[in-house]
Amino acid sequence: MSHVVSPVREPLVLGGKTYADVTEDICRQVEAKPTKLWNIAFLISLVLLGIGMYSAYRTWWYGIGEWGLNKTVGWAWDITNFVWWVGIGHAGTLISAILLLFRQKWRTAINRAAEAMTIFAVLCAGTFILLHVGRVWLAYWCLPLPNTYGSLWVNFNSPLVWDVFAISTYLTVSLVFWYIGLIPDLATIRDRAKTKTARIAYGILSFGWDGAAKTWQRYEAVSLILAGLSTPLVLSVHTIVSMDFATSVIPGWHTTIFPPYFVAGAIFSGFAMVLTLMLITREVFDLKEYITIQHMDVMNKIIIITGSIVGVAYITEFFIAWYSGVQYEQYAFLNRMSGPYWWAYWSMMTCNVISPQLLWIKKIRQSVVATFILSIVVNIGMWFERFVIIVTSLHRDYLPSSWAMFYPTLVDIGDYILTFGLFFTLFFLFAKFLPVVNMAEIKAILKTSSDIQLEAHKPTVKAASHSEAQTRPAYNKDAE
Amino acid sequence: MVPTYNFENADVVVGIGAADFLGTWPGSTEYSYQYAQQRKLSKDKKQMSRHYQFETTLSITGANADHRTPIKPSQEGLVVAALYNQVAKLTGGAAINAPAIQVTNLDKAAKDLVAAKGRAVVISGSKDVNVQILTNAINSLIGANGKTIDFGAASNLKAGNDTAMAAFVQEVQQGKVAAVLFYNANPVYDYPTGKTFGENLQKVGLRISFADRFDETASLCEYVCPDHHYLESWGDAEPKRGYYSVIQPTINPIFKTRAAQESLLTWAGATNKNYFAYLQNFWRTNVYPQAKGAGSFENFWTQTLHDGVFEPKTVSASIIQPETQVNNSNTNDAARPLTQPTATPAATGSGVTFNADVNAVAAAIGQTYKANSNATELVLYEKSGIGNGDQANNPYLQEFPDPISRACWDNYLAVPKKMAVAMELVQGDLVKVEGKGYSIEIPVLIQPGQAEGTVALAIGYGREKAGKAGNKVGKNAYPFASLVNGTMSFVAPDVKISKAKGKWEIAQVQTHHTIMARPIVQEANLNEYQQNPAAGSFRPVVESSEGPKSPTEINIWKANGHKYLNHSWGMVIDMNSCTGCGACVVACNVENNVPVVGRQEVINRREMHWLRIDRYYSADPVPEEAGLIEKNRLLEEASANPEVVFQPMLCQHCQQAPCETVCPVLATTHSSEGLNQMTYNRCIGTRYCANNCPYKVRRLNWFKYHNNEKFDFHMNNDLGKMVLNPDVTVRARGVMEKCSFCVQRIQEGKLNAKKERRRPKDGEIITACAQSCATGAIVFGDLNDPETRVAQMWEEEQGKRGFRVLEEINVRPQITYLTKIRNKA
Repeated sequence: MSHVVSPVREPLVLGGKTYADVTEDICRQVEAKPTKLWNIAFLISLVLLGIGMYSAYRTWWYGIGEWGLNKTVGWAWDITNFVWWVGIGHAGTLISAILLLFRQKWRTAINRAAEAMTIFAVLCAGTFILLHVGRVWLAYWCLPLPNTYGSLWVNFNSPLVWDVFAISTYLTVSLVFWYIGLIPDLATIRDRAKTKTARIAYGILSFGWDGAAKTWQRYEAVSLILAGLSTPLVLSVHTIVSMDFATSVIPGWHTTIFPPYFVAGAIFSGFAMVLTLMLITREVFDLKEYITIQHMDVMNKIIIITGSIVGVAYITEFFIAWYSGVQYEQYAFLNRMSGPYWWAYWSMMTCNVISPQLLWIKKIRQSVVATFILSIVVNIGMWFERFVIIVTSLHRDYLPSSWAMFYPTLVDIGDYILTFGLFFTLFFLFAKFLPVVNMAEIKAILKTSSDIQLEAHKPTVKAASHSEAQTRPAYNKDAE
Repeated sequence: MVPTYNFENADVVVGIGAADFLGTWPGSTEYSYQYAQQRKLSKDKKQMSRHYQFETTLSITGANADHRTPIKPSQEGLVVAALYNQVAKLTGGAAINAPAIQVTNLDKAAKDLVAAKGRAVVISGSKDVNVQILTNAINSLIGANGKTIDFGAASNLKAGNDTAMAAFVQEVQQGKVAAVLFYNANPVYDYPTGKTFGENLQKVGLRISFADRFDETASLCEYVCPDHHYLESWGDAEPKRGYYSVIQPTINPIFKTRAAQESLLTWAGATNKNYFAYLQNFWRTNVYPQAKGAGSFENFWTQTLHDGVFEPKTVSASIIQPETQVNNSNTNDAARPLTQPTATPAATGSGVTFNADVNAVAAAIGQTYKANSNATELVLYEKSGIGNGDQANNPYLQEFPDPISRACWDNYLAVPKKMAVAMELVQGDLVKVEGKGYSIEIPVLIQPGQAEGTVALAIGYGREKAGKAGNKVGKNAYPFASLVNGTMSFVAPDVKISKAKGKWEIAQVQTHHTIMARPIVQEANLNEYQQNPAAGSFRPVVESSEGPKSPTEINIWKANGHKYLNHSWGMVIDMNSCTGCGACVVACNVENNVPVVGRQEVINRREMHWLRIDRYYSADPVPEEAGLIEKNRLLEEASANPEVVFQPMLCQHCQQAPCETVCPVLATTHSSEGLNQMTYNRCIGTRYCANNCPYKVRRLNWFKYHNNEKFDFHMNNDLGKMVLNPDVTVRARGVMEKCSFCVQRIQEGKLNAKKERRRPKDGEIITACAQSCATGAIVFGDLNDPETRVAQMWEEEQGKRGFRVLEEINVRPQITYLTKIRNKA
């Protein structure tokens, strides 16, 4: 993995970390007792999950009528939340697959958590697939299973079937990719385990990893293959989700721009969510030397780009609506802007298009507080984007006689809370019991991108002050 | 007496006052049919009637008129007088002396009436005999009698005597009545002073009710002897003079009930207490002699039972009697004069001559009516669904949206926009209505077309003891009615309206009322149509690499649509003959076990109706210079006196159905006969199909609507479930449903034909909506069979009046609509 890194680059690992430091820093929170902060956070997550389960019970027991949907608006918060969570899930794969292929080393500090987030987000999205169907006990009919109903198959024309394939593939590949990446680190924890339970548990989880050169070689190969497999998924999943809308006949949905627009939006929201979580994690687990300001800066740049793409897409939609000359299309977009849901539209525009532009300013881009706030603002904006697309298109479509409004009920809100509860419960479990930063990969860049190494190579500065560090295992003889 | 009108012969119809002959009048079904015959157009018939309506609140009839003018009830007499004068002037008659009044369209109406002499009719819904006499006078001037008005076949429907009733109420109060029998009567509820009457009822020694429940009156009776349900009873009727009908039972009595007639026979001590025998005997002596050449009485009886109706070839003249001698004036029309100068059309055989003193009548009218009154006038009207309230416990009717306001499960105060703006009222605000010593708090509904300075309130609501569904729905409006000159007046000439605290949401199935300048409904005027049969039609064109094309010429499917080798079920809906009455909606509900969901769920916009009648009001023209957003805002506002259009909307059974492609589990598929079919037991309820339906006709079962205490209507107990159609599945929760073109009837019809080794005949297979349509606006049949009416209509109107809604999205509906043609002067 060794390669040349320009000494003018910003270091990716700070604090003069050695291999041992990395292991120690990351394993610490896995091995130590849960902190009070973790306990409180986990408890809150469980409460949210409990509230959510009650809402889910009502939805499943009494029917979809528990929501605010009606004859005109057949999807609202359910699919808004579904698309929102799927979108959030996009950052993980992008970071772990595409950035791996592009050899972006800065990804190493965040890919583990980002992938975990992806998986949890996709699970939350899946929850809405199960929540939104009228007869959940028959939801498996969406799968092309052999059956005794006269060999009745799914409708391969239906974008919902494509969705089922896309999401399940995405979940499977992400899960496998994430887990393979975990194995060397699990083995590290196993080797350090002090209790028998931990040894057995992490022993099983690490699949008998032996750290041999051959094993590492295979591991690298599998990672590359999985990265190759995942890469098209980054583009395909949200493309297919967007086709739920794009292939329909409803003005505001029937739009060819949707696939790239949705993918950009997904990465936009996914990166924002990664930032939100990483900024908390680096605070709580004291990982400031691994997840640096530099990481934040790079991710903020991606947010500017994707946010701008989304902004251009919004404007393009308006242009096309006017250019098409289709009266229904024109009304759909004017109605978004000035109709009864104008506030949702302008919330979306403010959060998604205007506020990310602040990140052009380096000071804001490198400010933890500003980035944290903006990352949340972006996800609020992206939630509104999906709400605007789904609800404002449906609520006033072709025949004015059927025009209606959608108002969420408490159960709508409760089901959304369910996914937050699920997401954070899983995330806190992950953060406690699994290494949140990929130790193996950090170690791999330590030789090239840690602050001490880059410092050593800067032409004007001698590396003399680090003699003690050089005696440690992290010492790189080639560098001399 | 109420004559029978013949709208089929009327080229010009002028309705004044509450002349809702297409909606709530007795006989409106027959009138709707006749009216529609005039309104229908085809390649051989390019003429249609012109209809003027002068009324207070927007009625179904007014909504169908070519010219509608809002008037106040206090102007009604003067409008008739003014019309008389104009007609008299044109026909060379003498004018009468009545205060002048300026009413839009009146001169046009007079001109048209005179021009169409002998083929025109003026009808009045007034309870004031003077107004009716003057109306008769106009009809006499324009030669309507015997042509468009038939005094021979006078209507017996809803015949009654307000004066006699008033006297009875008086006598009850004075304790002069020893016994009273209530048969199909519930005066404690529906008499204006019903409450006091109920209290006084204690003074009556013997009180018997034949009601099937402890209604408001029955609960105050000593004995309730429930009559059979009409489906369990024998009976007969003479709805119109000379038209005899027999009622025969279709099921055994469910409960331990006894026919009221049998009860009466028993109490009268008759030797033969069997009512059936009595009925037959009555027919043998009274009706059978009129049947000439019918053979034996048994033959005659069997034939009549089979036909359901008996029409003697010649109506015996003795049945028609001069009005002065008839003691049953009618509550609805042509009330008998009591204190005013007696002047009536005298009957001479089948024709009549008018011989009243119009000047005396005019003088009386001049005193009663004012051209400009400042008082707020309240009009009480019936809704076509609930009527007078005796069926208030029928949840189907409660959930049936009023064709005009599209509101259900409530009555409300219909106020004109100007008044709402002045009082700062928005829909749902509660107001207090006071008048005649009675007051209620009721929500307001801003009603376009409501005459300024007037408000309207439906009777039939506010039942206390109707049953689970009907109790406490709306407020009772009967106490606002009062006896004026011997007839019951459903106008309160001076009410006080004040804003009350709070709101009460009105359940409406349609909350957006204008068409937003969309070519969903296509319209033209008659003169344009006569020039060009395709007038007013919108033909979308799509630009392609090969030049402009019709959307249907472009297809991504290679096969270019399904092939229907056997049948191709389709429909033609004539927007000209659809009056918007909504009979089809109820018929569809009953046929297809459509659940009733209740007021709150209608507010949640989740009524389950498979068929609805969209009602659109016209908007005022939008100024050219207005911006886009401003234009849309203005288009949302209905005009003060809008033109109205009704559009029955049901599953269009698209050949390229957007719902079919999106269903993940193939629960909705296309049949080889052009049906878009729903497989309930395959549906998992993703609602994608409903979202992708451009017509929004799909309905999800949001809840379990049967065996559920929350929906205690007709699917929650064994008795209610008797209403269900055994041929149609009751849908489970979470399942999508929609119009099936009554597939159960199609299958039955095909099987019957197959058993007889023949093709189904046209008219043999018919949907419930088409069957119930009095005007024949909905025509259903096999488009593949050139003999069917539907195929012929499509053939004839293709490229002319025929259009498909939203043709531009190329979903290719099996339903064709025919352009609405108005006949504006």
